[in-house]
Amino acid sequence: MNGGKQTIVFQNKPCVLAGYSIVGPKESMGPLDPYFHKRLRKDDFGQSSYEKAECKLHMSAISGAIIAAGLSPKDIDANIGGDLLNQIITSSFSARELDIPFVGMYSACSTFAQALIVGATLIDGGYIRRAACSTSSHFSTAERQYRYPLELGTQMTPTSQWTVTGAGCTVLGKYGEGSKIYLESATIGKVIDFGISDANNMGAAMAPAAAQTVIQHLEDTGRSVDYYDNIVTGDLGIYGSRLFLELLESEGIHASAKHKDCGEMIYDKKQRCPQGGSGAGCSSVVFNSYFLHQMRSGSIKRMLLIPTGALLSKLSSLQGETIPGIANAVSFCVEE
Amino acid sequence: MLSKTEYLELDKKIAPKSKEGRTLFFAFVVGGVICMIGQGVSDLFKLVIPAADEKLLGEITSTVMIFLGAILTGFGIYDKIGKHAGAGSIVPITGFANSVVSPAMEYRSEGVVFGVMCKMFVIAGPIIVSGVASSILVGLIYWFVGVAA
Repeated sequence: MNGGKQTIVFQNKPCVLAGYSIVGPKESMGPLDPYFHKRLRKDDFGQSSYEKAECKLHMSAISGAIIAAGLSPKDIDANIGGDLLNQIITSSFSARELDIPFVGMYSACSTFAQALIVGATLIDGGYIRRAACSTSSHFSTAERQYRYPLELGTQMTPTSQWTVTGAGCTVLGKYGEGSKIYLESATIGKVIDFGISDANNMGAAMAPAAAQTVIQHLEDTGRSVDYYDNIVTGDLGIYGSRLFLELLESEGIHASAKHKDCGEMIYDKKQRCPQGGSGAGCSSVVFNSYFLHQMRSGSIKRMLLIPTGALLSKLSSLQGETIPGIANAVSFCVEE
Repeated sequence: MLSKTEYLELDKKIAPKSKEGRTLFFAFVVGGVICMIGQGVSDLFKLVIPAADEKLLGEITSTVMIFLGAILTGFGIYDKIGKHAGAGSIVPITGFANSVVSPAMEYRSEGVVFGVMCKMFVIAGPIIVSGVASSILVGLIYWFVGVAA
């Protein structure tokens, strides 16, 4: 790759034109509430099924971001999106309603980074002008696909995480469209499996992938963690973050002062989500609300966003497979 | 970076564990309360129908407890009890009702036949299968022993 072993360096500064986030009721009771663009009062969004509700969430995030950028759907060359449901039905069904060419993506909860990397690369190469990069997840649709019925009286294990109900969309465009926030480089992660097999311990399954991607990113770019104001992981959760930092420490990288985790940030400790949030929507709602706001206000000048994904299915877990993890990193800069 | 074995050891060592004292206490209390309610129902029916024998009382009590478990599931209360009680609310017969009603509710969006009917026993199915299989086994043993005697 042009920036080292796993890293792409963008040549023409593809920019973030706008971001939009929409969340469910539980997320709006968390500490990031003031930053979200729209909050649902009920998580069914007035639909007859939760799958339809997630689809509407996804669509609302895309149209919200396009409007926030002062554009209309015809100005967008590609919707690059993904979600957690089988055959990514949420993103493709919402694309059915939008008159925008669609690229479907999947890398579990790391999908948001994958969408940003593909969108930015297409813009950087001059192939398209603008891309809407969107991801979503919904607690109730994820529960039934990966776990148990909602009304079943089960207990959460101490390492489990709560799937975020929400959707986020970032509109990317060419440099010179009035935005100062641009994507500087990106590191494409390797699939890494350290042998964790407990589907309720996804933070531990993803932490090695996140650590590998960060170590490789720093090596490829010749930077230290001090270069960034924040190193932000997607949904490692409280415990996964601890393991991530331990893994970096073992390589002599001290990142704890710079590190934040979207899953850890989105819920309050009182909200009874043992290790915090997870899901494809987790990193995208937190990035498009809180972090975009921090970059606009100038309190963050450079950040590395590393959404993390656990590449399991219910089938693979039942067959006794361990859980492979992936993490893709995207580096954002604010132009002085 | 740490090796796989070192990492798995680290995970084993520092992973947050269940607070066993707390979970055992709640399981004991809630499980006990459910059984007390069952006993209460049985005693109540003994008063109403003095002629009823143990077998009939047992059948009536199970029916009432299954009904209560199903109703509480329908009103979205049973899963909230289960969050704290764990096995205390899973093991009694009310938990069995919960495991049948909850998937029936969950999958109603896929239609009556392929949703409700097909998925109703996804969780309770193994219990029924193992119950039937073990009763056949015990029956066979009983028959052979009975014949020998």
